[in-house]
Order: sequence, then structure tokens, then C-alpha cells
Amino acid sequence: MFRIALKMLFRDRAKYAMLVCGLAFCSLLMCQQTSIFCGLMMWTTAVVRNIGAPVWVVDAKVEQANEVIPMRRIEVERVRGVVGVASAVPLYIGIEQAKLEDGSFQNVQLVGLDTGSLTGRPMEVIAGRVEDLNLPDAVVVDQVAVEKFRRKGISLQVGTRFEINDKEARVVGICRVSRSFLGQPHVYTTYDRAMQFAKPARKMLSYVLAEPLPGVSDHELVERIGKLSGLRAIAKDDLFWMTIKWYIQNTGIPVSFGTVVVLGVIVGIAIAGQTFYLFVHDNLRYLAAFKAMGARNTTLAGMVLIQAFSVGFIGYGIGVGLTAWFGNVVLAAEQPPFFMPWQVPVFVAVVILFISAFSALIGLNKVLRLEPAVVFR
Amino acid sequence: MSTSTPPAVSVRDVVKTFVSGDSQTRALKGASLEARFGEVLMIVGPSGCGKTTLLSVICGTLGFDSGEIEVFGHNLRAMRSGEITRFRRENVGFIFQQFNLIPTLSAAENVSVPLILHGIGVAEAEKRACAMLERVGLADKTKSRPGQLSGGQQQRVAIARALVHHPRLVICDEPTAALDAATGHQTIQLLKEAAVQPDNCVLVVTHDVRIYGFADRIVQMDDGRVTARFDDPKDLTHA
Repeated sequence: MFRIALKMLFRDRAKYAMLVCGLAFCSLLMCQQTSIFCGLMMWTTAVVRNIGAPVWVVDAKVEQANEVIPMRRIEVERVRGVVGVASAVPLYIGIEQAKLEDGSFQNVQLVGLDTGSLTGRPMEVIAGRVEDLNLPDAVVVDQVAVEKFRRKGISLQVGTRFEINDKEARVVGICRVSRSFLGQPHVYTTYDRAMQFAKPARKMLSYVLAEPLPGVSDHELVERIGKLSGLRAIAKDDLFWMTIKWYIQNTGIPVSFGTVVVLGVIVGIAIAGQTFYLFVHDNLRYLAAFKAMGARNTTLAGMVLIQAFSVGFIGYGIGVGLTAWFGNVVLAAEQPPFFMPWQVPVFVAVVILFISAFSALIGLNKVLRLEPAVVFR
Repeated sequence: MSTSTPPAVSVRDVVKTFVSGDSQTRALKGASLEARFGEVLMIVGPSGCGKTTLLSVICGTLGFDSGEIEVFGHNLRAMRSGEITRFRRENVGFIFQQFNLIPTLSAAENVSVPLILHGIGVAEAEKRACAMLERVGLADKTKSRPGQLSGGQQQRVAIARALVHHPRLVICDEPTAALDAATGHQTIQLLKEAAVQPDNCVLVVTHDVRIYGFADRIVQMDDGRVTARFDDPKDLTHA
């Protein structure tokens, strides 16, 4: 009877199309919006992922990765003195102003890497060499800088010169790194040169990047460094999740995206529930005829369930497929943010399953209470 | 048919009351009848006299308050709901006034439904359905949907569906009500030819005086009771 049930569903084209479109739209909305939310959260953690150090040492008041409370340079040495530290290097991160050839300005995120080791250097280099950062005035810019400068009519390439806070910078490489939450271009240089580019202040050190000796775990090292008064050590993964948690708790982003996702669920329930109810209602007379002919309630329930879950499955497939297509397009353009971990399609599948079950229950309620004698009325 | 043979269907003093809120309507007030093997028994009477209710309780699609109903020796009162459902699946074929063919299924698919409910595979069920459609003169319409068929053709599909699993009891509710006179005549003739077998019984509820002649016997109902029995249909038409 399940084949009969599917034929009844697929051949009622108007309602079938309406059901599939409703559930596909609902899946698309939930999947796409959740993926953009995840992408945005990934952008907030760009600094952690781009630098990639296992242990980050920051001021004790720091709550998330993008919050920089400068420390004294001496803290690097203090961290180096902790037992179990293989290496500890300084990192400078700050928003600086770049002046372009045509006199226009562009805010950039200046990243000062340890001069000797270049710890935290960008991994994907498109042009030039990161090692050339040791040359005078050298900087490495990211693809966002190239894009933003191009919009201002300047072709940024290896050898191009511009100014950061009135000091000359020369591009020796172009790299590809994760975009930051605020979208400023990344400009990499050495820590010492960053001290020259940046506006002078009493404290300039943003982070100390530490690496444990073999046999010492990241968390063990975090604990040992944490005993230094006034400093806070955070393992990379913890800093990643702390940052996401901070944005979720302190910004309106989750409410905004959550509202759209909830609307998607409501629209899905409304369209699918109502259309499926109409579909069952229209077929009630025939289902009663089946019942009169000797179909068991379980058979009829199975028919209704297979109809509901079929449209759910097809709608889900279309919705997630469209989201994947959207993701491919935006990933090529690098914005808006998009990240679809496996949990997103699973979450959407669970919601669609719920909507399908809800729709089926509405119909089932009528079917199970159906008197077969109604076929004679 | 010998009158000493046990009846195919025996209804004794059946009472059925419909309750809706505070109001109660007694549709059957002690109805009794017997239907024999190998006959077409027509149940006639004015609208609202309880004909369709009687048909519903005989085939087990509706419960009843008191009285006894035995169909092929099965006491419906003693059977549980699941047993009655199984009994209907195995023993009863239905022909409805409005045909109740599923509009999205082809004629063959509609006819195959009782067989599929019996657990027969789809391919075999459709093969037997096509054979049955050929028997009712619709060999060239097996793939047509109900909407592509005339009223008479639809009722023939319904007859094929009612008979495809060789039921022992064929229940017909106003089978000619939605058809013109000529088509109705052909349909009831076909039904009699195809359905009546020595080991089964056809019950027809009808208003249609023109088809009384096809009955072997007629019972007349009024106000929830069987008020008259006619062993020869001519007796009623002359009455």
C-alpha cells in the first residue's frame, strides 16, 4: 500500500509541489542562515585560526580573542621562564591606518610576528615570500587588502609601496588568510617593525604565543602559566570557543539569525502542516474506502507517514542542495560568511523530521478516527 | 436454492442509534432479514428509512446496539474490531454510489487495491486487475484515470475492484444512482453476471425502480424496519 500512497502523493501535483516547495524553502532558510551564522562566528575567531599558536597568553581581563589589552614586553620573558615552555614569542595586533598612493586611507589590521621565528606566519602565500619580511620596510598583505585597494583603483602587488602611520611599507608577499570579523585587511610584518609602524604607547605587546615542550599538554602549560600573577593563558581551542561564546552572549547576532531560523520553522510548519492536512482531508473519502475494504489502521497510518516523510525528505534534499550551491558561490566570492559544519544539515534534518511528523500527526488524527461507514454517506 | 440451506446473511432485530450531542436518532428499530447464497437481494425503501445503515452494519463498517448479525456463519457481535476488519478484507466487495475511485490512480491501480490489501505483490495484483477489467469490458482503459472515464465506465471499474478478490459478499450502495437509465441498466446487468456465484451473495441498496427486475428477492424498509419481503420482484412493482 506504500507504493499506492506514494502514487497518490506524487500525482496530486499541485499539493505535492506546494509541500516540497514549502519544506525546501524552510530547509534552505534554516540551513543557509545557520551556515551564515556559523561563518560569521568563524570570522570572529580569524585571529586564533590564522596565527594557530597552541597557547595564548593575554592580560587577565581579556574575554575574547579580538579584545587586546596591551601588556609589557617583559611578559614574554616571564612566560619563557615557566617550566614546560618550549618557546614564547611576542605578537602585536592593532588597527592602523594605511595611506594609499592616491592619498586615500584604509584601516588595516597590523600583525607583528616574532622577528626571528615568524611564528603565526600566513600559511597560504599567493605571491612573493613571507621570509622576505626580514627585508627593510617589508610587509605581507592578504587577499582582502588586494581586493580593497583594487576598489580604490590601486593594484596591490609585490613591490607596491604605501604608508602605515606615515612610515613606508613595501609589499613583499601576498597571502590568503581567514577574513576577520570587521573585514579589515591583514598586513603582516615583524614584531620589531610593527613597533615602528604602530603609534607609540607604554605597553605594546598584544599576546605572548607559547608552545609546550614535548610531553607537556597545552592545558598543563596553561595551568602553569596561569600561576604568573596578572596574566591569563588560554589554549587555542578554548580561546576559539570563548570568543564565539562572547559574541553569542554580547551581540544581537544570534537573536537576529535565530529569528530567521524560527521564522523558517514556522513557515515550514504552516505551509507543510496546512497543505498536508488539506491533502489528507481531500483523500479522506478514499482512505475511508480503503478502511471499508479492510485496510488496518496501521496500514493507513503507514501510508500517511510515508507520504509526510517522503515530502520531508525531498524538500530537505532540495533545501540543503540549494544551500550547498549558495555556499559554493559565496565561498568563491569570500563573502558573505559561510560555514556549514555537519551539525547544520543534521539540525535541519531533525527540524524537518519534526515538521513532517507534526504534519503527519494532524492528518493521522483524522484518519485513525475515521468511520469506514462514511463511504456510504 | 433450497430454503433449508443456512442463509448467507442473517439479520435479527438489529437496533442502531446515532447519538449527536443531546439528540439521538434511532436509524434501525429491530430490522431483520435473510439473504441467501447465489442471490441478488435488493433493499428498497424511502430516503432515511435505514437502508444504508443496515448495509453498513451487515458489512461491519458500523457497529450496532442490539440484535444479531451472522454473515457466512460469523457472528459480527462476537467479533473484535480487528477480526471484523480482516473479515471485510477477505469476504466483502464494495460498490459505492459515488464510485470512490482514487482520482490519481489508473483504473488498474484502483482495481488492484483489494489484492494489495490481501498481501499480493503489486505486479501480480495489477496483472489480475487488468484481467478483471477485461472481464468488465475495459481492457483498453487499464491505464486511464477515473477522470478520463465516463460515469458508466467508472462504475464498471468499481465493479471490477469489488470483485477482483472474489468476495463472498458484494455490497452495493445505490450503484446506479449516478448513472443515466441506459448505463444503469447495463451496469446492473454486468454486476449480476459478474458477481453472482453459487457461494456468494449480492446485497443492493437502491431507489432505482428500473433495476428492481434484476433482483432475485426484494425487502422493503420503512422507519428502521423491514416492512415487506417479495420473493418475486414483480410483486413489488405491481404493488
